[in-house]
Amino acid sequence: MADMDALLFWVLGAGAIVASLLVIGQRNPMYSVLLLIVSFAALSGLYVLLGAPFVAAIQIIIYAGAIMVLFLFVVMLLNVPTEDPPTGYHARLLGGAGPRRFGAVLSAGLVLELAWALRRLQGAPMPDDAAAVPSSVHAIGVKLFRDYAFAFEATSVLILVAMVGAIVLARKEKS
Amino acid sequence: MPFGITPEIIANLTVILVVFFALQISAAVLVYMERKVAAFVQQRYGPYLVGPRGALQPLADIIKLMFKEELRPKAADKLLFYVAPVLSAVAAFAAFAVVPFGADTTFFGLLDHPIHLAAADVNVGLLIIFAITSMGVYGIVLAGWSSNSKYSLLGGLRSSAQMISYELSYGLSFAAVIMLAGSLSLQQIVGQQAGYWWLFDAVPIPKWFIFVQPLGFLIFLTAGVAETNRAPFDFPEAEQELVAGYHTEYSSMSFALFFLAEYVNMVTVSAVATDLFLGGWHLPFLPEWLGWLAFLIKVFALLFFYIWMRWTLPRYRYDQLMEFGWKWLLPAAVINLLVTAGIVAYWG
Repeated sequence: MADMDALLFWVLGAGAIVASLLVIGQRNPMYSVLLLIVSFAALSGLYVLLGAPFVAAIQIIIYAGAIMVLFLFVVMLLNVPTEDPPTGYHARLLGGAGPRRFGAVLSAGLVLELAWALRRLQGAPMPDDAAAVPSSVHAIGVKLFRDYAFAFEATSVLILVAMVGAIVLARKEKS
Repeated sequence: MPFGITPEIIANLTVILVVFFALQISAAVLVYMERKVAAFVQQRYGPYLVGPRGALQPLADIIKLMFKEELRPKAADKLLFYVAPVLSAVAAFAAFAVVPFGADTTFFGLLDHPIHLAAADVNVGLLIIFAITSMGVYGIVLAGWSSNSKYSLLGGLRSSAQMISYELSYGLSFAAVIMLAGSLSLQQIVGQQAGYWWLFDAVPIPKWFIFVQPLGFLIFLTAGVAETNRAPFDFPEAEQELVAGYHTEYSSMSFALFFLAEYVNMVTVSAVATDLFLGGWHLPFLPEWLGWLAFLIKVFALLFFYIWMRWTLPRYRYDQLMEFGWKWLLPAAVINLLVTAGIVAYWG
């Protein structure tokens, strides 16, 4: 079974990475959205391999099921045409020397951060026994509502505020 | 046995195959049932020429669909146009995989250890069903978009809006049952519905969750009908306005796949409702090994209700549907959840 797990890990991992790369390469935003869903599905498969079916299901429900449907909805409603190379003002805005340098600095920062995180992880002890990992629904619930209760509630208030803000912004004034 | 094939593996494979074919057959039976019930409601005969009492009509329908020409609009997105119906059908079949339909069995002692009567045994089964059902919307949305037709696009948009709206109430009505049962596994939820409550120490009531969650059951059923795009919530394909909605441009087997997906989804919703609220395979006075029969009876009773409703109720207006979903069904589901939580916290 260990061989099977390793094989599945490589297939799913490669699937996630390739799909994510293709997301950026698409001209048609519709395909980008779909490839992102494929990437999420592969990630969810990785969670199953790690013995966390709850996280896997939540990943699909929230990201692939809810958020990406909204993305798709917006793409469809706006009926965004395939992306052409920008011209005129936008070309200068996005393709100018300044923004490019800024983008390069940002991506360099991201790569450094990733390298740092990976190096740190190497030293960290990996919990071998499944009991140490909060994989069962019960364990996650206890962790979430006992140890991180404040952070959890604060996040929900934050999301609520964002939602109210979005509604206020989108609302048409009756006048 | 050679190659490490154990009787358990054979039994599990058999269960998977049985589920797969039973779903297809049930879709055919449903087509016949729908036509006959519709005819009964409208005081017609319905199909009566093919086979005894028209019972072979679905077969004739399938053959007709297979031999039709496969059409594709010139401006359609070629890849997505063909992927969409497949996605729809796959999501419909996959969702049923975690639905248990009978008590654990050793097949009369053929096996050493009892196996679950479900294609897959997952301890977060309910979440998996929820996740896969929410994938079904992609098939419809992509069909609407890739056809490059106004009717299809409108049908697809309506459907996605409708499904997102009703998924919330759907999930919340699940959650109340999860709280009562204290488990996400369908096996365990059904297991807790065995036995009786004694009303006034005299009248036995089966321990089905419908008796403690009547509102939850109603919300689940309503949201389930909306999720499967059936009348009176069949806006995505409202024929007076949208021809046939998201599958306007589809023909032949691609159309058949959408058709199949719709019926399989109905079966899944009914089966989940049976497992969650109607005690699954538990029925008073029925021996355990006949449980699958009880399950089948309950599922088909719900399916009959589905069809009955379609031919009796007129369609809602689209804004009414949205208003109903957000302003009535969702608050009702939230209140139901809070009351259940309070009761479970106090007595549980």
